[in-house]
Amino acid sequence: MPRRNTWILLTIVVVFALALWVLFPIDGERFGRKGIQFGLDLEGGVRLVYQADLSGVEPGSEEQVIDGVVSVIANRINPLGVTEPHIEKRGADQIVVELPRLSVTDVQKERIGRTALLEFREWVEVPVGGEEAEVTLEEAPEETGEPAEEEQGPGVEDQEPSENEGEQEPVQNQQKEAADGDGDEPETIGMWVPATGTIDGEEKVLNSSYFKRNTYVTRGDLGEMLLVFEWTEEGAELSEQITSRLVGEPLAIFEGEGPEAEPLLGDDGRPIAPIVRSVIRERGQIEGLSLNEATELSKQLNAGRLPVPLTNIGEVTVTPKLGEDFVQLSVRAGIIGIVLVMLFMIAYYRIPGLMASLALAFYGVLVLALFKLIPVTLTLAGIGGFVLSIGMAVDANVLIFERMKEEFLMGRTLGAAIEAGFSRAWTAIRDSNITTIIVCIILIWVGSAIAFGGSVQGFGLTLLIGVTVSMFTAIFVTRTLLRLFVGTALAKRGRLFTMYSGKKDV
Amino acid sequence: MFDIVGKRPYFLAVSAVLIVASAIALGVLGLHPGIDFGSGSLLTLKFEQPVAPAEVEGVLSDLGYVATAEKSEENILIRTSQLAAAEKTALKRDLQEAFGALEEEGFENVDPVIARETARIAGIAVGISAVGILAYLTWAFRRMPRPLHYGTCALIALVHDIIIVLGVFSILGGILDWETNLMFITGVLAVIGYSVNNTVVVFDRIRENLQRGISPHFEAVINSSLLDTLSRSLNTSLTTLVVLVALVLFVGASIQNFAVVLLIGVIAGTYSSLFVAPQLLAVWESGRWSGLLRRPVLPAR
Repeated sequence: MPRRNTWILLTIVVVFALALWVLFPIDGERFGRKGIQFGLDLEGGVRLVYQADLSGVEPGSEEQVIDGVVSVIANRINPLGVTEPHIEKRGADQIVVELPRLSVTDVQKERIGRTALLEFREWVEVPVGGEEAEVTLEEAPEETGEPAEEEQGPGVEDQEPSENEGEQEPVQNQQKEAADGDGDEPETIGMWVPATGTIDGEEKVLNSSYFKRNTYVTRGDLGEMLLVFEWTEEGAELSEQITSRLVGEPLAIFEGEGPEAEPLLGDDGRPIAPIVRSVIRERGQIEGLSLNEATELSKQLNAGRLPVPLTNIGEVTVTPKLGEDFVQLSVRAGIIGIVLVMLFMIAYYRIPGLMASLALAFYGVLVLALFKLIPVTLTLAGIGGFVLSIGMAVDANVLIFERMKEEFLMGRTLGAAIEAGFSRAWTAIRDSNITTIIVCIILIWVGSAIAFGGSVQGFGLTLLIGVTVSMFTAIFVTRTLLRLFVGTALAKRGRLFTMYSGKKDV
Repeated sequence: MFDIVGKRPYFLAVSAVLIVASAIALGVLGLHPGIDFGSGSLLTLKFEQPVAPAEVEGVLSDLGYVATAEKSEENILIRTSQLAAAEKTALKRDLQEAFGALEEEGFENVDPVIARETARIAGIAVGISAVGILAYLTWAFRRMPRPLHYGTCALIALVHDIIIVLGVFSILGGILDWETNLMFITGVLAVIGYSVNNTVVVFDRIRENLQRGISPHFEAVINSSLLDTLSRSLNTSLTTLVVLVALVLFVGASIQNFAVVLLIGVIAGTYSSLFVAPQLLAVWESGRWSGLLRRPVLPAR
């Protein structure tokens, strides 16, 4: 028995060392290793919930349309530069957008939730002279022989000419690489402008509202991906005018209108801009896309076909600074809490209390390491759950030690009292912890079911892990440590084990 | 032997008074739903110059906003009806003109759709927890002659704790303007877990002592089970209270609802696990409801 106990003790020490190793670093990133993952409320960021109005959508295709809207929003978020954006459907008609560690301006937030509309754009080269940017932009339409574009392009671009020019620059470079021969005039600047046609004397931009039915992806004779689309009557007219003008030229797809529009990007991060092969009237297809590009593009085009207005029904924004304070404060509260609990345990239960404190330290390290391994996104309430679990983790030890005391008073030896204490206390530990676990599972469910329930879920999860681990550390670790004392000189001194009466000699 | 069971009418009277007082507090003061349940917007601003909440409120009401402001550590919290992005920008501009440079530290906006859904799910969660615990306890004590009695008594103790928590919180809400939010609900659900946890430990001891046949007298079994578990109940509550007080003192406003609800819940839960649940069980098992008011006489050992 003693030898077996030594082996168990060694295992515990090894597990403790491993947990410490996993845990390092707790916060931030050092030596290429990441810290614990914190939730939006702790590291800052934005969580937005949108309600989609699906009344304009044909019954039966709601799910597909929502998927498309999600895909369009993902495209809008790309330029914001979030490292781990999270966009998902919620229920039948809600969309949740999470942007961790990011300060988003009010204008950007509004853009995220605007109604999806996709616009086709053509590439034009305009000369760059010594003139001001504004003049150049205004000249652009004339250059391509489409005077009416004056109302489209410059009208909006006047607002932010410099920013707009900057945005277009990389596109120009890419275009030069892609289409050789275009770039031999260094005096020009290229930009995407809305592709328009004229119907009844009115200038109209070809956009996703002209799709007659949802686009779809299929495979051609050679197994290549085809994205098939069909225009409405008016759309076919526009398409004919535009494509007959642009045979051999690229046609890009932009999401949004005016200078805020963003190109839809392919797998390589460049705008998707298929070359017009022939004049397209009622029906057409886009070739040369990867499976992923084709399905995403099709979804996005469909989302823009019928208007699906989005209303922001919920928002939580936390600046990273505020969150940082929370982490520091709760770490302090946690440390102070754990130290006070340890002091109490040692003062009240003496040597067993000291062993329980060691087990508690082991508990803290192990739980935090598990948070990192699983991984658990730690929210403020989650930290609250962890700190609370410190207080509750010693419960099993308290139950056991009280039991040991009774067994000792009934005349058992220290060794026998330890064993009896552990085995007798077990049913109470089990039954009481199962009720806590039931509540934790319900908390996790509640957290996932409500829009801003991340913190509730975090609490349920940390408490669940805490309760489960504490059953292991409080029983297994404390018992192993206590067994070390059996048969030693210390064991004869009952007082150190809070066993004040009964037989003095064990 | 210390006689806890003999003082049953007093313990139950204390509980009855607390419950009635809590119910009155709830009825008169009610709970103030925060934006999680009541919808609206909550804007956290940090002003460069120190600003009193009352001044902010004054300026806002002069400008035609319906808003309340309060201080939270270094920041000012402003509650309004739902603000759209443009309205929020306008409000911040107006305040900047009045008080100088400010920074937005946080913003929450909850539509009634979400608020209703949150309230509904929170209600369902409390209900499911109660049923789940009743079912589990009935199962855990299935070897006892009347297992449903154990589950029901634990559940009554639980309801007792929740009513007291809500009552005390409504008084705190009335005095300190505290609102119910998701942290509050998290706390309430945690109290459910904690309260039953304590009761189970006592019941477990009652079960064991009954099986060991320490006394043919049920009241006596309960009394010695209570004495057996008394120091455990107090010690565990104490360690839990210690960490909760640390949370309240060191983390502050953002977690106060959660920690304070639990503080009240732990105290109420400890009381009910000792003085309510086992006492009701004893009366129910004896089958004489007059036992609620009469002091039982323990047989001399």
